[in-house]
Amino acid sequence: MSAAVVPRPDVVENRPGVRARRRHRALWFWIFTGPFFAGLMIFIYIPIVWSIYLSFFDARNTVTPTKFVGLANYTYLLTDPTFLRSLGTFVVFAAFIIPVTWASSLGLALLLNRVRVAKAFFRSVFFLPTACSYVIAAMIWRLSIFNGARFGLINIAIRALGGDDVNWLGGDGYWYWVALVSLRLWLQVGFYMILFVAGLQRIPADTYEAAALDGATGFRVFRFITLPQLRSTSAAVLLLVLIAAFQAFDEFYNSLITVGGYPPYAKPPLVYLYLISLGGNSQDLGLGSAGTIILTIIIAFVGLLQLRFFGLGRKEDRA
Amino acid sequence: MALRYLVLILLAIVFLIPFYVLLRNAFSTQQNIAAATWHWLPDNVGLSGLTDLFGNSNVPIARSLLNSVVVSVVQTVATVIISALAGYGLARIDHKAARLVLVMTVLTLMVPAAVTFIPSFVMVSSLGWISSLRGLIVPGLFSAFATFLFRQFFLGFPHELEESAQIDGAGYWRTFWRVVMPNTFGICAAVGTIVFIGSWNAFLWPLLIGQDDAHRTIQVALSQFLTSQRILYPQLFLGSLVSMIPVLLVFVFLQRYLVQGVERSGID
Repeated sequence: MSAAVVPRPDVVENRPGVRARRRHRALWFWIFTGPFFAGLMIFIYIPIVWSIYLSFFDARNTVTPTKFVGLANYTYLLTDPTFLRSLGTFVVFAAFIIPVTWASSLGLALLLNRVRVAKAFFRSVFFLPTACSYVIAAMIWRLSIFNGARFGLINIAIRALGGDDVNWLGGDGYWYWVALVSLRLWLQVGFYMILFVAGLQRIPADTYEAAALDGATGFRVFRFITLPQLRSTSAAVLLLVLIAAFQAFDEFYNSLITVGGYPPYAKPPLVYLYLISLGGNSQDLGLGSAGTIILTIIIAFVGLLQLRFFGLGRKEDRA
Repeated sequence: MALRYLVLILLAIVFLIPFYVLLRNAFSTQQNIAAATWHWLPDNVGLSGLTDLFGNSNVPIARSLLNSVVVSVVQTVATVIISALAGYGLARIDHKAARLVLVMTVLTLMVPAAVTFIPSFVMVSSLGWISSLRGLIVPGLFSAFATFLFRQFFLGFPHELEESAQIDGAGYWRTFWRVVMPNTFGICAAVGTIVFIGSWNAFLWPLLIGQDDAHRTIQVALSQFLTSQRILYPQLFLGSLVSMIPVLLVFVFLQRYLVQGVERSGID
């Protein structure tokens, strides 16, 4: 008899009171998440779907095109040497900025880690550039520090050492990379340093004590204790630097564009897309949409690859 | 240890050079800046530069500063509220759509908004929001990153407080505003400072949307100034200096929360 008193789960589920409560819960779920979800749909998902549609059309100066062109926008882009060169520009930029940012931010964190006096001061100084906008940083770099004219700060220093002026951003060789990489490094390194400082603090002290008992010192401690313990922080830093580099726009645009237009060199993918679709005299939204789809696929693919490779997201890796 | 401090001091000087250059140029004359030898000190210290700057009708600095203040403040407050609500809903209200919403949120973390600027532009232009404050503000209010942070935070939030409120008869809404939110100052400040700095320094989206003088943000106005025919160095640098004041204030007074926000952004 007693078994019959306990109702079966599905009977409970269908009781009017429970159903009403579930409806009540659903209502409140959407009141809380609805505004965010609606915004996500309206400003991200629907536009992306719309762009997939536009990418198959000749959509110059219109968002409701009528001339279907199939894959023409895609074949145009994938055979356009300027687009392929912009991908190459990204690869070169990433090849510099990723290792340099990783090593520098880790180095700064290690330097700060053992300091007692004025630690907060130094941390603030290295972190301060993150408050600066890329527009202002580009201005300081372009007009003062890396100005190609005689009064550029670096040129003055070079002349003092007996060298000649360098036209840094004017297309003299590949010198523009020095300016662009140093700018981004200066602006971002403090951000990643904070991540490494937090990562270092999570390493348990007894790990170091055990290593000291085993007679490990200096570089060996770093190589076999610190570095492995920072694995998940390193993976996060590398992924964030990579994604940020892929989106590079502000400092390239403001460092290089002139009244006469953007120079043919140092044109990363977003600048290329901007110039062909919105920044020019006509708006080619079909071509721009196709470019967006290609870049989205690339960044999603690279992100997944890196997640897999570094195992970011495996719970047991985390401290 | 002495060597460590020596290295730190040298690095600190290198990191501060760009700020020094900004300050020097803001209070120098054009000739002082364009001299072939480096003049370490500014030669035009005073407020005369400011009146020149705000009196220059070619570059509406005052208007663009005001636009930036409106855009950044509204974006910061609204993003924190929208994301906190969504994060709480995802963490605490059991519903079959929660998983779908969460997956769609995480997916957009992988594909950053800057890459999808053309689709967003298409949407905003078909809404007729080009050259409007709405167009500058609204598309930026739905941060997957902030929502995800809030969800993680609420997952670790102690149940006891909410349970006692519910026993007292409070529903989800009242529990959230009366019991939960008063205990979330730290995370709200962390998310808020990051959103504010990002919003104040944003460039690409305001460049696309603010197409007339009345709707330029300060970054776009400075960029136009920077790439114009004839550059007035002192005014440009002074304008930049003035435009950095809000973020520097946030940096000085709220750095603790900013650091917390950065730390959370790296570890999901």
